[in-house]
Formats: sequence, structure tokens, C-alpha cells
Amino acid sequence: MFETLTRHPLRLLVGTVALLVILSQTLAIVPEDKQALILRFGEIERTVNRYNPKESFGHSGAGLVVRVPFTDGIQYIDKRILGINMERQQVLSTDQQRLQVDAFARFRITNPVRMYTAIRTEEKLQQQLATILGSSLRNELGKRTFATLLSPERGQVMDNIQVALNREANKYGAEIIDVRIKRADLPEGATLEAAYNRMRTARQQEAITIRAEGQKEAQIIRGNADGEAARIYSASFGKDPEFYDFYRAMQSYRQTFLGENNQGTTSVILSPNNEYLRHFKGG
Amino acid sequence: MSNKSDGRMAGRFPRGMRQFFHQISQMANSPWGSGPKGGGDGGKDDGGDRSGPRNPWVTPDPADSARGRKPRGPSALDELLRKGRGSFGGGGSGGGSDGFNFGDSAKVWKWGIAALVGAWFVFSSFHIVPPEKEGVVTRLGSYSRTVGPGVKFTWPAPIERIRLEDVRAIRTMQIGSPNATDENFVLTRDQSIVDLAYEVRWSIRDPELYIFQLADPDGTLREVAESSMRATVANFDLVQAIGPGRVEIERQVQLRMQALLDQYRAGVTIQGIAIRQADPPSQVDEAFKEVTAARQKRESDINLARAYEQQVLERARGDTAAFDKIYEQYRLAPGVTRKRLYYETMEGVLSNTDKTIVEAPGVVPYLPLPEIQRRANAAPEAAAPEAAPKGGQ
Repeated sequence: MFETLTRHPLRLLVGTVALLVILSQTLAIVPEDKQALILRFGEIERTVNRYNPKESFGHSGAGLVVRVPFTDGIQYIDKRILGINMERQQVLSTDQQRLQVDAFARFRITNPVRMYTAIRTEEKLQQQLATILGSSLRNELGKRTFATLLSPERGQVMDNIQVALNREANKYGAEIIDVRIKRADLPEGATLEAAYNRMRTARQQEAITIRAEGQKEAQIIRGNADGEAARIYSASFGKDPEFYDFYRAMQSYRQTFLGENNQGTTSVILSPNNEYLRHFKGG
Repeated sequence: MSNKSDGRMAGRFPRGMRQFFHQISQMANSPWGSGPKGGGDGGKDDGGDRSGPRNPWVTPDPADSARGRKPRGPSALDELLRKGRGSFGGGGSGGGSDGFNFGDSAKVWKWGIAALVGAWFVFSSFHIVPPEKEGVVTRLGSYSRTVGPGVKFTWPAPIERIRLEDVRAIRTMQIGSPNATDENFVLTRDQSIVDLAYEVRWSIRDPELYIFQLADPDGTLREVAESSMRATVANFDLVQAIGPGRVEIERQVQLRMQALLDQYRAGVTIQGIAIRQADPPSQVDEAFKEVTAARQKRESDINLARAYEQQVLERARGDTAAFDKIYEQYRLAPGVTRKRLYYETMEGVLSNTDKTIVEAPGVVPYLPLPEIQRRANAAPEAAAPEAAPKGGQ
């Protein structure tokens, strides 16, 4: 057998190629992440591996497909979660705030037959859904104030958008899984400047408050110190006010007449009746 | 199909390939048992280094002999081929100058195919899964199993395929960049703007979900991260976002992302979020620096006040300590201490000042006060007029 074959290597080659062609026309592999439509002369004959939320991988319709060669075509449609890339939208909120909104949505093709008949390819479907998402965003956000977008209420807004988008997507055999605002930015120009100004003034106010706080703290500390010093003095001197008076007077004389360096330039004119000169007079 | 074309086919192989085939056919000698050496019907000198193949139907291939092929005995395969010649019409004996004859090319075919099949099996059904990876095996497209690390066998290629995914590695994704040129603005609850740069660390939990569920895993992760971050920061004030709230923001973003990705059944675990930078935009930097300056001013004011406090209190303690010492003495001998203090003070004061004593009670004398003043200034050391005796010093 083998020799017969090897004696006709070209025959073998041609045979093999022919066999491969027929096999490839008859058998097709549908992977886990694709749904397949079997088209007979362009008409949808049946679907393979349709999305079913209850199935698990390994027990889905994926695997080997047998078809009639040369008459049946096969069209693969993505089974995975696909994204929608929407162009950035400018939205005008009810309080006349202009906003740049970037949103994204995730969807899955759940009805490949409807999708194929309605729009053919995933790319076209993505474009279509992006357009719809943009318009429903503008509609929904145009009914709200700017602050709503930055509040927990935003969830409600997104739910509304998702419902609206899903209604449209179902016509194309797709199901929206999730819609989210990716970013909502203030547009360049006046709006952004206004926001910056608000931020600046808020900071300046904070700075002024902090400085005043510092001054207040400092005054309180000084006052406390003076009070505490007075307490210390009175605790000590209060033991004999009369003696303190005398003692302090003595200190004061030294201080005022002599100054710092014990070199007073004071002229003192003494009356002989002065207490100090009592003995000098021979009294 | 003439054998000339076979010759051409064989001749089309590059040299190295031909050598390889030749080696394979050399190996062929062992399973079929090599015939006895000798029987040199080619009439060539065996001792010569230029010896063609021992195949009677082969004219020596100059290229082969140039490569110094070893002489070979006729193998069992040759015998078989010889038997089969009848049906072939005596091909191969015509000494074509391209002379790679059919006997050889049959072997080449046979072993070539065997080698290809072998290689196909080895390369597509024998897999070494490295320790950090897991392999997702699909049989004819349908998910079959996930295998752990080690040496794994699958059916060969078109039947079963394996895709390796790293499940241990923690991957990182940078969002927003920490240089000033590229700003990633996020709005806060108080409608301020914060410039954020952060890092998402994630790993694959279920490789089969990761492969089969998401069309664009990286893009999905990035979008989910951005929307989670923005939704979270929208619940924080600016001051929180750029400072103490960061840890809490990171935690909430992680929870949000995980919930969303689980909803998508992405098979991904978010290991953590790290905010690398959360600054106010550069346009309002000045105002923020002002706040920092104000804080420093506050600190320095308070420090000065504290220094004053120290000073005042120390002074009070010093003064009172001195007074207390004296007072102790005074209490022991009030009269004497008092007198002593008085005289000491007077001595101190009067010895270092100009003194004028007026001995005229009731009479207002003429006092040349400016004169006195001048003398004092000009010669502080000058003898005082009719001065009282100086205090004993």
C-alpha cells in the first residue's frame, strides 16, 4: 500500500490536496467564542452555538459542524461581550452647563439571525449602536442639571439610557449589558475657567482662615503665659506685700539710677533730711 | 508521470534537506537489516573515497560523492523496489544527469512523511505548561478542560488546541500619567477638578472565561477602571480626594471594578488600585501653594508665642526664686535685713552718681543744674565739689 503511494508521489499529493479541500468544505470548527450561521446559497439554513446565558463552556454548541460542501457557506458572529466606542459628545444640561461626555457600553449579540439579516457585520452594528448611544445620552442628560451627573442619582440616569439603548439594540439582535459614563469633563474655555476660579477662591478663603487661626492661637498662648506668670509672682510676693514693696523699690532704684552697666549719669540732689543722711548729720 | 519529474522533484530539495533525508535513509538500514557489504557491481574501488551509492540503478550523483557519501549495501527496501519495478516500466535506469533516482526518492518520501507526522505529534500533542501558567484546551473548538502546570498531552493540533495563560502574574495597567503634559482630569463632588494618575493591578482568575467572554479584555479593563474611578471620586470632595480620602477611594474603586467585571464574567481578579498622583490642576497650583504658606505662617506664629511663653515664665520663676531666698533671710531678722538692703542699694546708687547735698532748709538755693549736668558729662571722674565722703567701696 505504502509503496504504491510512494511510487506516485504526485498522485498522492494531488489526492491529499483534494481530500483536504473537500474536508474543509464539509467540516468546520466553531470555537467557543463564535456563533455560526450556516448559509445555503445565501439563505440562513441554521445556527450553531447560539448564545445561551445558561450554558457553560464545554457544553455549548461549539465544536465540529458538518455541512454540504460547496453549497453551504458559514458566517461567524462574535459570541463574546463586545464594546461600543462612542465619539465624545457635547451635552448641554438644563442649567446651561456644557459638558464633554465620554460613555461606553458593552453588548452581546444574542440573536445572530436577526443581527445578520438586519445589519450583517459586527462593525456596522457597533457603529449603529454608538450613534444611538450618543443621541440617547444627549436626550437624557439634557433633562438633568449638571450636578446630577456628579451625584448618586447618576445611576438612575444611566439606567434610563440603558433601557432606551436596549430597546434599539434588540431590533438588531443584540443585548446591552452595561452603559457607563467614562468621563464627564468641563469643556475648555469659560466653563473650565469658572471652575478654576471657584477652586482658587475656595483655597484663598482657606488660606485666610488658617492665618487668622494661627494669630488667634498665638494670642491665646501669650495670654496664658502672662496669666501664669502673674500667678507665679503673686504666689511668691503675696506672702509679704509690705516687704515686697520695699525689696522691689530697692531693685528699682538700682535699675533706674544705674542702668544696665552700673554707670549712672544721674545727678542726685539730696536734702539733709533724707533718710539716708540721718546719721551723716550726726543725728 | 515520468521519473524525470521525480528527479526534478527530488533535485528541488535544498542540499541540507537532501542530506537530512539521506541520513534518515541511512537509519533505515537498521530496521530493515542491512544486507551484506560488498557485491560491488558498480565496479568501483571500495577503498576509493569517491564511491557512489551501491544501487545498481543509480548513477553516482556528483554532488553526493563530493559530499563524500559512504558506500552502502543494498537494503531490503531496494529489493522490494526492485520487485515492484515491473509495473513501473523500468524507470530510473536511464542515467539522467540530474540523477537523483526514484529508489532514493521513495525512501525520502517515506521517511519525510514519517518525520513530519512525528514532528506534528511531538509539537502539537506534547506540551510543557510552565508553573505560572494554565492551559485552556479546546477540542474541535469546544472547551474541553483547563490543565495546570506540568507536562500535558493533548490530541494533535487540529483536533485539540491549547492556549496558555499566565494566572499567577499580577499585571499592571497605568491610567493617567504623572507628568504635567498629559492631564487626566476627574470631577469631584464639589465640582472641582483633580488630576489623577493611578495604577490597576489585576490577574486572571479563570483563563477560560478570560479567553471566551471578552472581545477586548484590556480595553474593557481600562474603561471599567476609568468609569469606576470617576464614579467614586464624584462622591468625594476635592480636599478629601487629594489627601486623606485616597485610601478609601482606592478601596471603593476596587470593589466597584470587581463587581462590574464579575457581572461581565470576565474571569479577572482586581488585586488593587494605587493612586500614584492626585493633584489639583496646574492652573490653580498657586492658590494651593498659598494654603500651604498659610499653614506654615500659622505654625511659625504659634512657635513664636510658645517662645514668649517660655521666656515670661522662666523670668517669673527666676524673679520669684530670688525674692523667696531674700524673704527667708528677712523673716529671720526683719529689721537688720531691711536696713542692710537699704544701705547696700543706696551705696550702689549714690557711689556711681553725682551727688549734691543742699544744707539749707527753707532756702531755695541757686542750683546751676546745667553746669552740673555739663560737668558730669565732661568728666564723670572729676572730683565732686564739697562732696560727701564716698561710700566705702
